[in-house]
Amino acid sequence: MTTAVATQRKPFVGELLGRSDYAIIGEIVEPNTMVLDLGCGEGELLEWLAENKGVDARGVEMSGVKVQRAIARGVSVYQGDIDEGLADYPDQAFDYVILSQTLQETRTPVKVLREMLRVGRRAIVAFPNFGHWSVRMSMLFTGKAPKTKLFPHDWYDSPNIHVLSVDDFESLAAREGLTVERRYCLAGHRRITMLQNLRAEVAVFLVRK
Amino acid sequence: MIVETQSRRFDSISLDNGATLAPVDVAYESYGELNEAKSNAILVLHAFSGDAHAAGVSAETGKPGWWDNMIGPGKAFDTDKYFILCSNILGGCRGTTGPGSIDPATGRPYAMKFPVITIRDMVRLQKMLIEHLGIQRLLAVTGGSMGGMQALEWAVSYPESVAAAIPIATTARHSAQQIAFNEVGRQAIIADPDWSEGNYYEGKPPARGLAVARMVGHITYMSDESMREKFGRRLRSKEKYGFDFSVDFEVESYLRYRGSEFVNRFDANSYLYITKAMDYVDLAGEGGSLATTLEKVKARFLVISFSSDWLYPSYQSLEIVRALRRRNLNVAYCELQSNYGHDAFLVDVAEETDLIRGFLTSTFKDKVRETAA
Repeated sequence: MTTAVATQRKPFVGELLGRSDYAIIGEIVEPNTMVLDLGCGEGELLEWLAENKGVDARGVEMSGVKVQRAIARGVSVYQGDIDEGLADYPDQAFDYVILSQTLQETRTPVKVLREMLRVGRRAIVAFPNFGHWSVRMSMLFTGKAPKTKLFPHDWYDSPNIHVLSVDDFESLAAREGLTVERRYCLAGHRRITMLQNLRAEVAVFLVRK
Repeated sequence: MIVETQSRRFDSISLDNGATLAPVDVAYESYGELNEAKSNAILVLHAFSGDAHAAGVSAETGKPGWWDNMIGPGKAFDTDKYFILCSNILGGCRGTTGPGSIDPATGRPYAMKFPVITIRDMVRLQKMLIEHLGIQRLLAVTGGSMGGMQALEWAVSYPESVAAAIPIATTARHSAQQIAFNEVGRQAIIADPDWSEGNYYEGKPPARGLAVARMVGHITYMSDESMREKFGRRLRSKEKYGFDFSVDFEVESYLRYRGSEFVNRFDANSYLYITKAMDYVDLAGEGGSLATTLEKVKARFLVISFSSDWLYPSYQSLEIVRALRRRNLNVAYCELQSNYGHDAFLVDVAEETDLIRGFLTSTFKDKVRETAA
């Protein structure tokens, strides 16, 4: 298993379970904390956090088949909808609530973000950057809904219903009065600091109220 | 694996209704080995008509246990790793004290003098057995249907003694519909003249009433779809309708067979007492909230329901899951897709096995880690 970490100083970010955003999340999460992963899929990240960081790991996932696989690997996941599903949790029940590559798929992203910071002290949000130059070029030159490496779907079968850019998230965080504690912008395995909204493929934010 | 049912007698047990039963016998079986730390014990809780014979081949009858597809080497409840226990419930008729047992005060069967019991009473007796076996804390308690009700009661009544609970196809509160079906069964028995106010032990048992009760039960355990697949409108050993009230359809034949077979292995008075215990299940209490009842619970949970189960529908499992979440307890939940209705937890076990195996493995790992720390 690759466990290379991203740090503020190192420009290169490794992979965790084949993903660089997971490597960053794996670094952010402090040991022995309570973590809720929304849209956790088959629970790979939660399993890793439980094994390697002693985290009390819980997850929510819509797909019944993925829930089954997650539970079969020993992760406590329940089948439910992120848009509705957090209501039962008490306030500040978790140290971190993770939303990885899913914010753009939710029906009510602002409500989800608020709920994340009600049930969790901190939110970790990772998303593909719709402001990336390839998206802009695709739209400019084809005049059609952009299809790129980051957004590979046709408009009619895309799960992404609320696409956003790095700057969009910054604006929303400011509007919601959130503090951005850390921001990682990635192009491939390279962490970038200049022209982030244009060059970042994936962004990972650590925010709190 | 040949297994023998064992029995243990306790001096007495105090019941929720204020009565005391003395003495009280409990029939149980075990599979696998208890480890030195006594940390690998799992208590399996049977459903309404089950018994202590959950797995292996009975030395007495030569029959496999009711959950033999789930308990054994390499199965969901892996006897190579875990020590599995199953006991007949209080009020039952398969070795544990029930209305058919001899009342020492009279030398005759208790019959309707048997006290009305609750699920909590059943669990109290199981706790006595576990303590007798020297087990402080169970790795898991599990069961489907009424077994699930007992699993929930364990987690609530003995929070220090349960590391994990796996309630399957069950509820924390018996609904009007569930009470209604139980009442139909009870009335079928009581309406049978052979019931004789419950005093039939020296004569003819209320076989017709008990058989009808069981027929109703079996309908609720299946689904519309599973009945269509299994029977459809197929006729039984005939080409045309009989134009009489003998058996025309396969489904009639099946229900009659199930009903009459049940009479041979079940006591009608136990039927009355056990269904009543189920009907009293309401963990939240009158006007209370389930989350409040769960306040002291420490166990982690795996809750499982089945899509076609209309007797214990998924919404009842979800109520349990929501209340656990309100308490911020560790809970995994999945509704499995199955056509088998309520029976699914007994017969449609492939996916159920994957879930339980994974859940138990991580629970056991946590427990070992805990002990080390």
